Amino acid sequence: MHTTSPALRRAWTVALTVAMFAIGLAMVFPIVWSILTAFKPNAEAASASPTLLPQTWTLENFSEIWSAIPFAQLYGNTIIFAGSVMVLSLAFDTMAGYALARFDFRGKTAAFIAIIVMLMIPYQAVIIPLYDLVHSLGLGQTVAGMIVPRSANAFGVFFMRQFFLALPKNLEEAARIDGASEWRIFTRVMLPLTTPALLTLGLFHFQFNWNDLLWPLVMSNSIDGATLPAGLALFAGQHVVEYGLLMAGSVLALIPLILFFLLIQRTFVTGIATTGIK
Amino acid sequence: MRIGRTVAGRQARAAWMFLAPGLALLTLFTAWPLLRTAYLSFTEYSLLTPPEWVGLANYRELLGDDQVTNAFQNTVIYAVVVTPVTIALALGLAMALNAKFFGRGLVRTAVFVPFVVSLAVVSIAFRFLLDPNYGLVTHWLDGVGLAPTQGALAQPGTAMAAVMAVGVWKNVGFYMVMFLAGLQSIPRDLYEAAQLDGASRLQKFRAVTMPLLSNQTMLVSILAAIASFQVFDQIKVMTNGGPAMSTETLVVMVNRVGINNLEFGYGSAVSVVLLLLILVLSMAQYFYFGRKQVRY
Repeated sequence: MHTTSPALRRAWTVALTVAMFAIGLAMVFPIVWSILTAFKPNAEAASASPTLLPQTWTLENFSEIWSAIPFAQLYGNTIIFAGSVMVLSLAFDTMAGYALARFDFRGKTAAFIAIIVMLMIPYQAVIIPLYDLVHSLGLGQTVAGMIVPRSANAFGVFFMRQFFLALPKNLEEAARIDGASEWRIFTRVMLPLTTPALLTLGLFHFQFNWNDLLWPLVMSNSIDGATLPAGLALFAGQHVVEYGLLMAGSVLALIPLILFFLLIQRTFVTGIATTGIK
Repeated sequence: MRIGRTVAGRQARAAWMFLAPGLALLTLFTAWPLLRTAYLSFTEYSLLTPPEWVGLANYRELLGDDQVTNAFQNTVIYAVVVTPVTIALALGLAMALNAKFFGRGLVRTAVFVPFVVSLAVVSIAFRFLLDPNYGLVTHWLDGVGLAPTQGALAQPGTAMAAVMAVGVWKNVGFYMVMFLAGLQSIPRDLYEAAQLDGASRLQKFRAVTMPLLSNQTMLVSILAAIASFQVFDQIKVMTNGGPAMSTETLVVMVNRVGINNLEFGYGSAVSVVLLLLILVLSMAQYFYFGRKQVRY
């Protein structure tokens, strides 16, 4: 940009702004369209000459979705599943990542390589034995059976390790000289520094499990035990034409994720930058 | 010396206590099922009776199975197109969204939002948008004379393209953020120095930006490739592998054969093939980028 005139630079900025807004609009178009369709009466949603904006606005779909499928139940299941997995996995990932980053011990390299290999395993490749295992542990068709296998995550361990690697060594030295226990150093000195990383990883865990289709689909043989994406996908398979209803369900399913993201948005890029994933 | 050893011992004990719960859970619920998948791939198993050892029969069957060849090809085509396109777009967007302009935060959010939303759920929206009778996008395409007559998802060629486009749309924001975090950690004075040397935009990109982003590029490439090889949700909901298996990838096939047809042994063999594909590819990428990596 050097040696360019201010006029040229302004023109460049204007062009960039316009282009970026166009891209931004294109990115959110399917979501905006879903929201608008949720407000259309069913006859209009399935019209042969569709429009973007509803001709008649209605809240019918939002009230009907609760009885069309066990929506409240599905919502509850999804909150319990994604929420518990997030909390448990954050705890275990953080502890394991901390151990791999801040201590020297025999077996550390082996443990780290094992984590990296597990990060590469697509869970679809292990889903059949995992299903068997959960059933043989007596946890088949239970919420716990859905949650427990997800309560530690290789990517999470890797992510937290990167974060802890970036912290200066002298932080814990002082506490150690003062005779603080390792657990106390972890909870009182290191953990308070992890907020941006925890929020970022928390979002990843929450959205991944909130959105997951296959695992809840496999683990619940009835719609009552399923989560929202699985329930909506099953409903979409059986009721192909009720798009207005489906979109209302989808929009309601999106709300917690969008809220979560908007809440942590400020620390989000920092969370990734400070993990040293660079 | 003694003191040193006890301190080291105490630290090692503490380390294992921190590591143990996570590692135990991962071993039980990831590593062990993986070994079991490998074992099951040598058996015939339908959940109703115990697995029966059949040696290499599944793998022999797999070699002559047109469906496997088809799923393998679809998986590779999907990954080979979607991975580089996603990375290139993510990098371009990150550079554009690192520049200052009005509404930058808003656009960053708009680009990232598809990553947050459920692909299974928005796939229903895409199916509707592309519906031959009621779809808004079909309607628009019709207006310019481009609409596929039976709808994009009912034709083999366009169905794959649609599924790929959704894959790029979904993930580009995530990788954009990774690149953005990297760009923000590049010291400004490097650009100023390059500026003083009279470097052009392109020269700055090649001499400063690319080398200092090599860590992100490696991570993004590996993660994006792994994600492409594991594509499932949008295919399951948009096309369920059709029409005529033109969008059936290995994961979709594992799901169909293993879960729907209860042929767990054969499904496991397909899983093993997928896994080997991912491992070999990730290692290749790791070593390729590992050589070129720049530390600063």
